[in-house]
Order: sequence, then C-alpha cells, then structure tokens
Amino acid sequence: MRAKWTRTDRFSRLNDADHDPSTQALSIRDAAFSWEGGFGIEIAEFDLSARERVLLLGPSGGGKSTFLNLVAGIAPPSRGRIDVLGTDIGRLRGARVDRFRVDSFGIIFQMFNLLPWLSALDNVLVPLRFSKLRRGRVADARGEAARLLGALGIDAALHGQRAGTLSVGQQQRVAAARALIGGPGIVLADEPTSALDAANARAFLDLLGAELEAARAALLMVSHDETLAGAFDRVVRLDDIARVTGSAAA
Amino acid sequence: MSLLRLALLSLWNRRLTAILTILGIALSVTLFLSVEKLRTGARDSFANTISGTDLIVGARAGDVQLLLYSVFRIGDATNNVTWESYQDIAARREVDWIVPISLGDSHRGYRVVGTTTGFFDHYRYRRDTGLRFADGAAFDDLFDTVVGADVAAALGYAVGDRIVVSHGTGRGSGAEHDDKPFRVTGILAKTGTPVDRAVHVSLEAIEAIHVDWQGGGRVEGLQIPAERVRNMDLTPGTVTAALVGLKSRITTFRFQRFVNGYEEEPLTAILPGVALSNLWSLVGVAERALSAVSLMVIVTALLGLVTTLLASLEERRREMAILRANGASPRTVMALLTAESGMIALAGALLGLGFLHILLFALQPLLDSRFGLYLKVDPPGLREGAILAFIVLAGVVAGLVPAWRAYRRSLADGMSIRS
Repeated sequence: MRAKWTRTDRFSRLNDADHDPSTQALSIRDAAFSWEGGFGIEIAEFDLSARERVLLLGPSGGGKSTFLNLVAGIAPPSRGRIDVLGTDIGRLRGARVDRFRVDSFGIIFQMFNLLPWLSALDNVLVPLRFSKLRRGRVADARGEAARLLGALGIDAALHGQRAGTLSVGQQQRVAAARALIGGPGIVLADEPTSALDAANARAFLDLLGAELEAARAALLMVSHDETLAGAFDRVVRLDDIARVTGSAAA
Repeated sequence: MSLLRLALLSLWNRRLTAILTILGIALSVTLFLSVEKLRTGARDSFANTISGTDLIVGARAGDVQLLLYSVFRIGDATNNVTWESYQDIAARREVDWIVPISLGDSHRGYRVVGTTTGFFDHYRYRRDTGLRFADGAAFDDLFDTVVGADVAAALGYAVGDRIVVSHGTGRGSGAEHDDKPFRVTGILAKTGTPVDRAVHVSLEAIEAIHVDWQGGGRVEGLQIPAERVRNMDLTPGTVTAALVGLKSRITTFRFQRFVNGYEEEPLTAILPGVALSNLWSLVGVAERALSAVSLMVIVTALLGLVTTLLASLEERRREMAILRANGASPRTVMALLTAESGMIALAGALLGLGFLHILLFALQPLLDSRFGLYLKVDPPGLREGAILAFIVLAGVVAGLVPAWRAYRRSLADGMSIRS
C-alpha cells in the first residue's frame, strides 16, 4: 500500500511539473547534423509549445526522418541547441540520451512499429521497461496499458494477441498507446498514417488527439500528406525552417 | 518486463533457426565431449592395462622395453631370468605372490604365455578387476590351455578344441609343436588388455614342448612322445619375466632396489604404473592430435553461431530501431544480442551434454565388450563443467561480433527503419 501511495503522490507531482502549459515542449535554434555519407540538415528555428499539435510537412526524402532523429537525440547535433522540455539534449551523453528520450518522447513509426512476437499489451509496456520516470507515473501498468488500448479502439480480446497478427491499422493504434503510456511530454510520429486509407487515417488521428488531450502531451508529426492538416493546431513546412545539406540522394 | 524475457521472446520468435543453431552446437559439444571421453578412456584403459602388480621383474632392460614384452607382448626379451633367481626372489619375505611369464612361442600369430594358474588369480586390470572365465576353467593338465577372448573370437575356439603351438613368435614360422597338441580348457572374458590376445599354458608345458628341441629346431632323430614327457622333470631353466605382488606397498622401492642390485645376475624391476605412463608419453602424440581435432569442432560450431547471429541481424534491424526509440541504449541492444548468443550456447552445451550421456549409456556395453574400452558414465565433472563454461563464454564473446555490428548500425539507422 505504501508503495502505491508514493507512486500516486509522484504521479500528481510530476504531472503538474511536466505539463505546465507555459513550458516550451521543444525549441531548436540553429542546429545542424549530417550523417556519415554527407547528407544532413540545418534547422534555423523551430518551436513546439506544450500540448501543441504540429504537422511538419515535407516531401519524401526531404530530411524529415533526420529531423526526427535530431529531435529525439538519436542523431547528436554538430552545432546549435535543441531544448526538449527544458533540457539541452546536445549536452547529454551516452545512455543518458536514451533514457531522456524515452522519458520525454513517445514515438510512432510509419510502419513496423511493434515487436511482432510480443502481445499488444506487452508492446505498450515496453517504454516503461526503460523509463523509470514514466513507470512512476503509472500505478497499475497493465491496467493503464489496457485502458489506453481500449480508448484507442483495440478490443480487449486482442490485448493478449501477438502484435504481428494484428492489422496495420490496429498496429498503429497499439503503437499510439505505447507512445502515450506514462505520459511523455511529446509524441513524435513519423508518417504513422501513410499505410492507412483516408478514413482510417482520420479516425486514427482523432483517437490519438483525444488521448493527447487527456495526457496533455504535445504532438510533432511529420508527413507528406497535406490533407491531414485539419487535425493539427499548426502546419509547418520543413523547407521553411530547415535546409538539406550534402548529397540529398536519400 | 525484464531484458532476459525480451531476449527469450525474441529468440522464441525465431525458434526454428535458433533450434537448428542449438542443435548444431549440441552436436559439436557431443562430439567434443565424446572425443574427450574416448581420449581419457583410452588413456585410463591403457594406464589400467595392468594393476595390482607391484613390480615386474625381468632381465636387465629398459623400463619400457620390459613393460612392452612382459605386458604388451611386443618385441622379445634379450635375456631371461634364471629359475634360481626366480626362486630366490619368490622366497623373499616381502613377496606376497609371484607369477612367472615365459614367452617365445606363438599360436597363429598370438603369443603363447607360459605361466602358472596364479596368473588368473593375480592379474588385475582396470583398477582392481580380476580375470574372469567366459567359459571353462584354468588349465589343469600339462597340455591344457586357456585362450584370451580375442583369440577365441578370431579363431572360433571353444572349450575342448585342440590347438597346436608354433615355435618362435613369427607368424607361420613353420616349426610346429604338432606332436604335442593342447586342449582348450578355458576362454577368458574380454578385458581390453593384451591378455585377450594371448594363449596361456603352464610353465611346465613350455618345457614339455621343447624337451626334444634345441636352439630353435627339432633335434634330429629325437622325438619324445607326449605321454613320456609327462614323466620327465619339467622344471624350467629360465623364465622371461615375473609379476610380483608385495605384502606391503611400502616395501616397493626397497624391493625394487634389491632386484636392480641383485648380485647373481643383472635384473630389472619396474613399477608398472610408472612404466605405463612413460610409454603413454611416447604414444601421447595421438592423444594430442585428437584434442586438436575436437577443439576445431568446437571452433567450427561457434563460427556457425556467429554466422547465424549475423544473418538474423538483418531481420532484426527493425527490432533494434523500435527498442532504441523506446529508450534502449545501444549497450542494451548489445546486451540483448550477447545474452541471446549466450543462451543459445548454454542450451547447446546442455543439450550436447545430454546427448553425450544418452550415447554413453547406449554404447558403453558395446565399447566395453567389443573394444575393451571402458568408459565410465559419471555425472558431469569439473572438467566437463569447465568446458561447458568455456563454450557459454565463447558463445557470449561470439555474440559480441554481431552485437558490435548491431550497435554501429542502430546508431546509423536511427529511427528511420521502414522495411
């Protein structure tokens, strides 16, 4: 009982601190990165407010994924400053970046989001394995995972099913539940709707939006699909804030 | 959810490849351990060719030479021990028992050993195993013989058969003691020692078949019939060697010194165990070659493991990217891969050990009866444990190669994995 008390206590405390609407979720100033091959990106300025939903539009191969890698701290900036929830991630090193990433971000990929051999529910629980912070915010991990799955329209009967056997649409919703569990400040999404038809894409974004609201998280989604713009607070064109450098073959 | 569980579930997802890899390692481990078992079994069998005998006494010779002709029946003695010396030694206070050995004749390629029935009581092999009769009993009559298991099997002898002894030890030397045939009274059970390949007769019988011989040939015009020989004095003039058992092992070295310094004639006494290990060090090259082969088998299996892991890496890039996006550090990714290879190696090693024991249980009686190779079936010892630990460790190290590649790649792939 005692442990639960502490957890609940921490939950409310962290909840308040992390999701103060006045806090900037993401702020990039004059950052650059290039892969070994020479292909890279320079970002002059980009901001994402807390609980804001931004659609970042750009053509395929236009550096969107590199942008996300940079934001998520997977690609370390060679210069400039990237602040995530008040922390300059360029200053974090090694495993601390990885921990910080899972503490701060929920990530949804374009496709192949899940570990196919884990059940839907276990997939949702993966971030809690690596983030103490997010684990601390959830008193009953499995209960919360089941709640999120339910809220995103995954039938309870499917929770125990291996993720690999679910449809692409279902998988994307499981991935969304995974991104949201434990209340990370920001959800990053890399073309999560590209494998869905327009109706399903719209439904997915609506469900995601409702849960983002509940979790008070910001959303940064990259896509080439302008028709999705309606579900966002703001639309930013990658061309306007960033410049691709090197051989832009990819 | 623990990392171990993640690794296990991921492995379970690729169970077919994993099972094949585990099987490959298991078979290699089985092969390695079997070769080890055979190697040590052969060495033990060899070292236990003769036991319970404290000293072997013969004419002055080198350790190994005396051992070779007295026990292995390889080569010939350059000199014999006179009957007087033999009697003298036999009468010593320290001596518990003494068994003479008289060599020089053969039967269809097998050595004939002139001895006493004490040989069947005192000859010990494999720690403390005595000779056993598969059929019949020890010789009793002058022209009785007891043949070893191999002799009986190869020549199809049964108790009651009559055989003729040849003069000399060369195969088909031509000179046959055909006027004095022997009757098989006993067949010894298989021992895996040179006893299996010997024809045993009494010391007197050796004298008896040679009464009308001189210097390797029949004395012209002289032929003494078998029946008349029975009434003659058949005390031997010499014996080739003697197996000696002492009342107390403490006196072994003193008694050896006594024999080596025997004044009447130059004699040598050897400790069979010491001479056997000297001899083994000569033939030990083969043993080392076996070790090298079995080591190569293990290396091959581990290379197979690395290959499988590297091959599976491609299909696991997605898995790595997902884990990275959800907070796994590259180090965690490495740990997952090495844990996997370690688990595969462990499973392979344990399965291999299981196979070995099944194999041992199944084949042990056959190896013992057919080859006289006695392999003990014991629970895995420290040595096996060390070998298995090495394999698991090597498995983990082998996993480092693909893990390092995955580490590099998971950094380069970032989150952009799409296929």
